[in-house]
Amino acid sequence: MNKLATLINSRRTWAWPYVLFLVLFVVLPLVLIVVYAFTDPQGHFTLKNFIQFFNTTEAVNTFIYSLAIALLTTIICLLLGYPAAYIMAAAELKTPAVMAMLFILPMWINFLLRTIATVELFNMFGIPLGEGALLYGMCYDFLPFMIYPIYNTLQKMDKSLIEAAHDLGANGREVFTKVILPLSMPGIYSGIIMVFMPTVSTFAIAELLTRNKITLFGSLIQRAFGEGGLQMWNYGAALSLIMLIIIGLTSFFGNNEEADSRGGIL
Amino acid sequence: MKQTPTSAQLEARRRERSLTVKRVLAQSYLWFLLLLLYAPIVLIIVFSFTKSKVFGNWTGFTVQLYENLFTGYDRVAQVHVDPNLYHSLFYTLLIAVVAATFATLLGTLAAIGIYNMRQKQRKAIQFLNSIPMINPDILTGISLFLLFVFLGISRGLTTVIIAHVVFCTPYVVLSVMPRLTKMNPNIYEAALDLGATPFQALRKVMMPELWPGMLSGFILSITLSIDDFGVTFFTKGSGGLDTLSTFIYADARKGGLTPELRPLFSLIFLTMLVLLIIINWRAARQAKQGAAKK
Repeated sequence: MNKLATLINSRRTWAWPYVLFLVLFVVLPLVLIVVYAFTDPQGHFTLKNFIQFFNTTEAVNTFIYSLAIALLTTIICLLLGYPAAYIMAAAELKTPAVMAMLFILPMWINFLLRTIATVELFNMFGIPLGEGALLYGMCYDFLPFMIYPIYNTLQKMDKSLIEAAHDLGANGREVFTKVILPLSMPGIYSGIIMVFMPTVSTFAIAELLTRNKITLFGSLIQRAFGEGGLQMWNYGAALSLIMLIIIGLTSFFGNNEEADSRGGIL
Repeated sequence: MKQTPTSAQLEARRRERSLTVKRVLAQSYLWFLLLLLYAPIVLIIVFSFTKSKVFGNWTGFTVQLYENLFTGYDRVAQVHVDPNLYHSLFYTLLIAVVAATFATLLGTLAAIGIYNMRQKQRKAIQFLNSIPMINPDILTGISLFLLFVFLGISRGLTTVIIAHVVFCTPYVVLSVMPRLTKMNPNIYEAALDLGATPFQALRKVMMPELWPGMLSGFILSITLSIDDFGVTFFTKGSGGLDTLSTFIYADARKGGLTPELRPLFSLIFLTMLVLLIIINWRAARQAKQGAAKK
């Protein structure tokens, strides 16, 4: 009994339930993806799933296409979002907090319903649903995720640095490229990750936006598990593993800033 | 260049005017983005006031859809509103509240534990904690799907709630952590020395300090849970359990969207808008009062 009391008193042990939870529901499931990816339905080791992927031109093309779309979405969001975050963070706006909230508020409407409304908007203006609609819809859905982290870093930035740069003779452009931009890099990294990760993996948005005309990599995975039946699970796991590697690489390059800024979204 | 006083004045005026132009341009850029962002939402709200089944087809102003939504019955067409709409609304809220509660308890305890760990252990667990946040919903969903199949657990309400706790808890840990760093680390020990049991010390000494972090973690969890589609999709099984997200997805794939979704989401949006205005108004008033006191 005394031992138990000391265990509880050392507050380190309070994390144990969560550690157990993480091992069971985060680590083990990821291990299972790897296991399924390298086995056949009978449970024997095989590389067949990956060979099947690399031999299916359509699947490889979808993969490359999805990466390109995600990259393009991220770039567009950055180009649109950085100026917006910059303007909001600049003190000349009297109500930056309200503006920031206005950019977040749309996220309270279910994103699928917003996507469907976007489709209707396109229909009303007679815009065909295709690649353009897909890119628009993706940027539409994820732009706030780019604006918010950049806005956060810009707002926290020490403004006296800008004044100092001005006093030392830098012109407006130099102040931006040599002081503001480098200092806002953490926010840019977070924004890139927070936009790229969901866009590279989405399946529902693309299906709704293009009425199934365009298939993204996420849809391939979903179909393997949804319609493919038992035989396709291993193949689906192999596709998932490929995506997991992409995600791992992205987050490795973008370090872990993302978590904090997303936590700050509320 | 030779400068007379008048040309300097002119220059200053010109600069001021260009600054104003810049400001107006900057402002209009923000409003333009907001216009794009809000256009679909405005569309949903506008078309919640017409009764046409097809979204985007205006057949005259009426509040019929609102009436249908609240009574569950369409008087004119004499049909019931799809009962699954209400079921999915109920389950969306139930899952959000239960998952957020578990996530808040688990995450708060975990944050306290992690905070008291040595550097190395802390780093390892923080890494594990970041996985569900980085993982896209489809991967979280599929990995859990495989786990439940592997363990022979049939998918349903419980598995969805577990899955939601998985992706909510990391955010609770992150919201509570900063409160711990701000807290005096000795007050817990002091409470124990003065004869409190660990549970009492937690409840009476630590909880009041951690409360704001727990609350923001809880609210964030609710938001994430309600908005989730991908994870729910893979963990809900085929027993007919739906949240609003999966209901909308299934509806859209069938071709027709249940029209009562339009008033439902218009109401959700307006509620959030009003809440936001109240919060901002109160914050502004408090700031004013604080300034007045000084």
